[in-house]
Amino acid sequence: MLTIKNLEACIEDKAILKGIHLNIKPGEVHAIMGPNGSGKSTLANILAGREEYQITAGSMHYQNVDLAPLTPDERAHLGLFLSFQYPVEIPGVSNLYLLKSALNAKRKHMGLEEIDAIDFLTVVREKMKLLHMDDSYLYRDVNSGFSGGEKKRNEILQLLLLEPSLCILDETDSGLDIDALRIVAEGINLMRNEKRSILLITHYQRLLDYIKPDVVHILSDGKIVAEGDYQLATVLEAEGYEPFLQKKAGD
Amino acid sequence: MTRPNETLETLLQQDYEHGFVTDIDTDTLPPGLNEDTIRAISAKKNEPEFMLAWRLKAYEYWRHLKEPHWAHLKYDPIDYQALSYYSAPKLKEGPKNLDEVDPKLIETYNKLGIPLKEQEWLAGVAVDAVFDSISVATTFKDKLNEMGIIFCSFSDAVQNHPDLVQQYLGSVVPHTDNFFASLNAAVFSDGSFVYIPPGVRCPMELSTYFRINARSTGQFERTLIIADKGSYVSYLEGCTAPQRDENQLHAAVVELVALDNAQIKYSTVQNWYPGDENGVGGIYNFVTKRAECRGHHSKISWTQVETGSAITWKYPSVVLKGDYSVGEFYSVALTNHHQQADTGTKMIHSGQHTKSTIIAKGISAGFAQNTYRGLVKVLAHADGAHNYTRCDSLLMGQHCGAHTFPYIESKNSRARIEHEASTSKISEDQLFYLAQRGIDTENAVSMIVNGFCKEVMKTLPMEFAVEARKLLGLSLEGSIG
Ligand SMILES: Nc1ncnc2c1ncn2[C@@H]1O[C@H](COP(=O)(O)OP(=O)(O)OP(=O)(O)O)[C@@H](O)[C@H]1O
Ligand SMILES: [Mg+2]
Repeated sequence: MLTIKNLEACIEDKAILKGIHLNIKPGEVHAIMGPNGSGKSTLANILAGREEYQITAGSMHYQNVDLAPLTPDERAHLGLFLSFQYPVEIPGVSNLYLLKSALNAKRKHMGLEEIDAIDFLTVVREKMKLLHMDDSYLYRDVNSGFSGGEKKRNEILQLLLLEPSLCILDETDSGLDIDALRIVAEGINLMRNEKRSILLITHYQRLLDYIKPDVVHILSDGKIVAEGDYQLATVLEAEGYEPFLQKKAGD
Repeated sequence: MTRPNETLETLLQQDYEHGFVTDIDTDTLPPGLNEDTIRAISAKKNEPEFMLAWRLKAYEYWRHLKEPHWAHLKYDPIDYQALSYYSAPKLKEGPKNLDEVDPKLIETYNKLGIPLKEQEWLAGVAVDAVFDSISVATTFKDKLNEMGIIFCSFSDAVQNHPDLVQQYLGSVVPHTDNFFASLNAAVFSDGSFVYIPPGVRCPMELSTYFRINARSTGQFERTLIIADKGSYVSYLEGCTAPQRDENQLHAAVVELVALDNAQIKYSTVQNWYPGDENGVGGIYNFVTKRAECRGHHSKISWTQVETGSAITWKYPSVVLKGDYSVGEFYSVALTNHHQQADTGTKMIHSGQHTKSTIIAKGISAGFAQNTYRGLVKVLAHADGAHNYTRCDSLLMGQHCGAHTFPYIESKNSRARIEHEASTSKISEDQLFYLAQRGIDTENAVSMIVNGFCKEVMKTLPMEFAVEARKLLGLSLEGSIG
């Protein structure tokens, strides 16, 4: 279970997160929605261990382990996975090599041997089939020259392969066409089980129609200003953020 | 020279005491360099008259030269009178087995995945203990002999193929070429010789690796490779394992000649001891490598992965004489800690419709300085000449430097010369992305750097490439905190 208490963080003296509380139990799907610049990606990055942010107050625990002292790779080995809003390009490194290195890093951490090359191809092709990806993805450089949607699909491929227990998806739906959104969402739904926690960051209700969240949070200016069930997303879709922001100004 | 006169006097006296000429039977010449030294080296090697004459000519020329200092390098003056210029191979020195070798070195060998037998050889285990690898070499030689390929030590070539040596020696790098090349011509001890007869395609990668005595000839090596008409050879020099050597100065010369329709591919992985983190110790590597596409439609490619040495000064070049000839230079130069590299190439277009490609990747970390220096020269009559150059630099950290000096001299207005360059820093975003996928920093750095160098690495022969890839990672260990 993920427990975030009163988390405050800044970058270069600019406060971005201003006291976040969040609990995600095993098996739950939570969604975070909120205006541009409200701090959604910052929260995701801080959970994953990005160093450029300073945490000024509060705490984050996953499976009762304090995340703060852990490096990003140690957090990954705890089972935390971040699907990036803007996946980076790594020229000259093939996607195949990245996928295999990531899987082997995980296996090594679990005390398992490196996966056999043939077994690996079998596993990865199975996952690619779920996402309607063809073999050419394996031999292209990581995200290099990928379209926006292809990059997102590639993130989900990594997620399916690594089978993390805490999945943070930062605007995975942005950039996906209508069919791709459905395919990717189906892939994610396959991952849903009673042990796995999922945190969806999104601007659109459409994704939540496919992946029904247990809780929806609205983040504004570094704080969670409203919480509710799936219905909250519908309200948001109809009325926009304005009512929630006013409510915040009023309290 | 910087040595005070007094010491020089003593040294000269010593030399006199021992007497060069009468001392032929001993294994090592005392320090110092003069005409007698040259005569002694030539006599010890039982060389024909033309060799001695050539060495003496080179020495006479060198005597009047000043050490060049135009490169972007800093080092203390070298005292050429304090060096010893001949040392016969000592076969039974060194550790008796791997247990006697520095465990740190063994650890590196293991990380590189080097087989045990080769580890023994590299670590200098007494030769009779690695007899197996010698017999491997012998089997290869029989096969090559059948095809008429000559692959032997330079000394053997001087004895057994003096005509070829006389015809080609110094025909690409003359004894007057530069300070270090002249010195090499005067005093070189040994090296490799390759001749591929017309129309023959050499069936295996030729490698200095298999020549057991290469280890003891390191300081002033000379390599000469001749690919006769329509032949092909791929030659590998050096190895990925860190090599230590008590000789600080290395001034090798490599000459390549390709006749009509011939092809030479020359790959180097250089990993001499770079000195410690503080820049103490380490090899000075001042090498002259030049190739001549002498015949039409000939092609010569240099690929180098340079990670070692405290100082590297090296410009493998191609003179494109034959019409339609092709020159290529693919280079990765990685410098860490206090290493300095000044490397690049020269492509001289003199034939018509000649083509050259230069891809240079420089990586600097720590306090290192990495310089690319290249010259593309097109002569007036070289119609249809075409060069493409790309230099990319990757910086890791705040204290290192990358410098690019591309010189272009074109006397032919229709020549096509294209140049691209880039400098980038290793990106936090990439490191974070890989870390998020559970990949630790060292592996992440290695992945990004190998990706950056991919175009060059893929030109390496397979067996070399795998080790070289690991080597890039190892050389950067600890460079990102
Ligand atoms: N590295 C950084 N340097 C400076 N400011 C930053 C940095 N990262 C984030 N910020 C600022 O922090 C605020 C929150 O950014 P964040 O990316 O978390 O927003 P978001 O909610 O994900 O927005 P979007 O919906 O547009 O993705 C923004 O004002 C942004 O400019
Ligand atoms: Mg965002």
